[in-house]
Amino acid sequence: MSDVTRLSAAALASALADGDVTSLQATQAHLDRIGAVDGAVHAFLHVDADGALAQASAADERRAAGGELPELLGVPIAVKDIATTKGLPTTAGSRILEGWVPPYDATVVARVRAAGLPILGKTNMDEFAMGSSTEHSAFGPSHNPWDLDRIPGGSGGGSSAAVSAFEAPLAIGTDTGGSIRQPGAVTGTVGVKPTYGGVSRYGLIALASSLDQAGPVTRTVLDAALLHDVIGGHDPLDSTSIDTQWPSMAAAARAGDISRLRIGVVKELGGEGYQTGVRTRFEESVQLLVDAGAEVIEVSCPHFELALATYYLILPSEASSNLAKFDAMRYGRRVAPDGVRDPSAEQVMAASRKAGFGDEVKRRIILGTFALSSGYYDAYYGQAQKVRTLISRDFASAFEQADVLVSPTAPTTAFRIGEKIDDPLAMYLNDIATIPANLAGVPGMSLPSGLADEDGLPTGFQILAPPLEDARLYRVGAALEAMLVDRWGGPLLDQAPRLEVGL
Amino acid sequence: MSDPPSAPRPESAPTMSRDEVSRLAQLARIDLSGAELDHLAPQLAVIVDSVAAVSSVAADDIPPSSHALPLQNVFRADETRPSLTPDEVLAGAPASEQQRFSVPRILGEEP
Repeated sequence: MSDVTRLSAAALASALADGDVTSLQATQAHLDRIGAVDGAVHAFLHVDADGALAQASAADERRAAGGELPELLGVPIAVKDIATTKGLPTTAGSRILEGWVPPYDATVVARVRAAGLPILGKTNMDEFAMGSSTEHSAFGPSHNPWDLDRIPGGSGGGSSAAVSAFEAPLAIGTDTGGSIRQPGAVTGTVGVKPTYGGVSRYGLIALASSLDQAGPVTRTVLDAALLHDVIGGHDPLDSTSIDTQWPSMAAAARAGDISRLRIGVVKELGGEGYQTGVRTRFEESVQLLVDAGAEVIEVSCPHFELALATYYLILPSEASSNLAKFDAMRYGRRVAPDGVRDPSAEQVMAASRKAGFGDEVKRRIILGTFALSSGYYDAYYGQAQKVRTLISRDFASAFEQADVLVSPTAPTTAFRIGEKIDDPLAMYLNDIATIPANLAGVPGMSLPSGLADEDGLPTGFQILAPPLEDARLYRVGAALEAMLVDRWGGPLLDQAPRLEVGL
Repeated sequence: MSDPPSAPRPESAPTMSRDEVSRLAQLARIDLSGAELDHLAPQLAVIVDSVAAVSSVAADDIPPSSHALPLQNVFRADETRPSLTPDEVLAGAPASEQQRFSVPRILGEEP
């Protein structure tokens, strides 16, 4: 077997099933790759070599025993550090949780373990998922394998970097305003935010509970579908989990039929403010869909213009409430205030939060505290909740005209590390096209649409479907991916720098 | 459906002064140094100014959404089920004593 780290998860699963390679060998190969390149990429906050190899051996034994086996049995995976992992450190990219080892698994982690996927380690992220670049991680940024001076997106930049640097074939991400899809766009990988309630939030460290959703981070649409099938489905431990029978996403990806499909191009998500190369690659992909028999129309969602403002009221409000639990009393870092003899719990709390939280977290907690404070509540948070309704209605009327909506995923390609770190509004604009889906709970996918001519960096194509119609994303995404890969003469990531060993 | 949204912000948008940021940080139980206040206050002023755009749309008769999709209360049977052991629960505690979380004093004490 040549280099197993270059295989898609589906191809690796076939090789494992055929006995061409063992999970132990495949897992070791990925650990070796991590050892070789992660010094430069910094996708991982924690690598669990011993645990991963033990799970790989167990997967090989399970395969040897025969019977009905999960399709991804033995295929290794990386997990964003926002999901609790029993016995493995979980920090959410924050100093306030440094050294914390959770006593339980998130449901997504439990399902990944049950399906026999060895967990390679925990991936880097912006602190508490607040950011679009990983620069807000307390443990330093991750680097984009296409250009190590650039950001891999965020907040799930560790997961997108791990997958695009061939350190893992699969990763778990979470998406509150684009944290799976935007990193996918800027690294030339695939990311899916399922319908809100499609994947359990139990054990995910909450950012904004009404927006958060976990999903797959992969190199191919089929791989995302296979992982979606593993982690999705009803979970009684999450009261917002949808109790329904989901169709197989993998079957939808394998069907990949789009003839007579109505595709709506969202007028408000494109045009001015979007980089030329991003627009060009987007328009080419739309044309490919037309050539394949889809019908394309333009739809207007007028209130999307207010999505960013709405989001930056709702998210901080929910975050300021969710992050109140980091009070240095039951777990996490406790810091005594300077020069205070016998400090009170309140003083210890304030000193711990000062030391434990980074700038962006402080900004958003203060913003949320403001939006929820008496006197401002109706004008800010209350008004934002009403605009949220208008955004959902825009989606509803657009989906009366079209089966799926499409747009560029992010307005630009990957920017340089440091470029926007102290300009919060410029950073927030990265999620301008991804945020509406979170506000309305609709599922969304980003897949690579090519490289921008002006900088040679990846661009992303976003597909949105009505709530519960996640399978449509895979049907359309797989069809478009097949046409694009055919044009490129191979996967886009074949054109990325190899990051050879010995950096 | 209301008019399409436009950019202008309301005249009455409050400014995020350094004092206001300091007050909010105290409410949120975050100590901020003078340097942090100097750094964060102007940034927050810009952000608040920008998010005030939500008031540019007339939405008096629009119901608010707290969640994207309809929710209903979920209950489970009132039965004993496995839970974490006291040791597991206390394993991450900054300090513990006699199977309890140990915390700093919670009441004010005049010297």
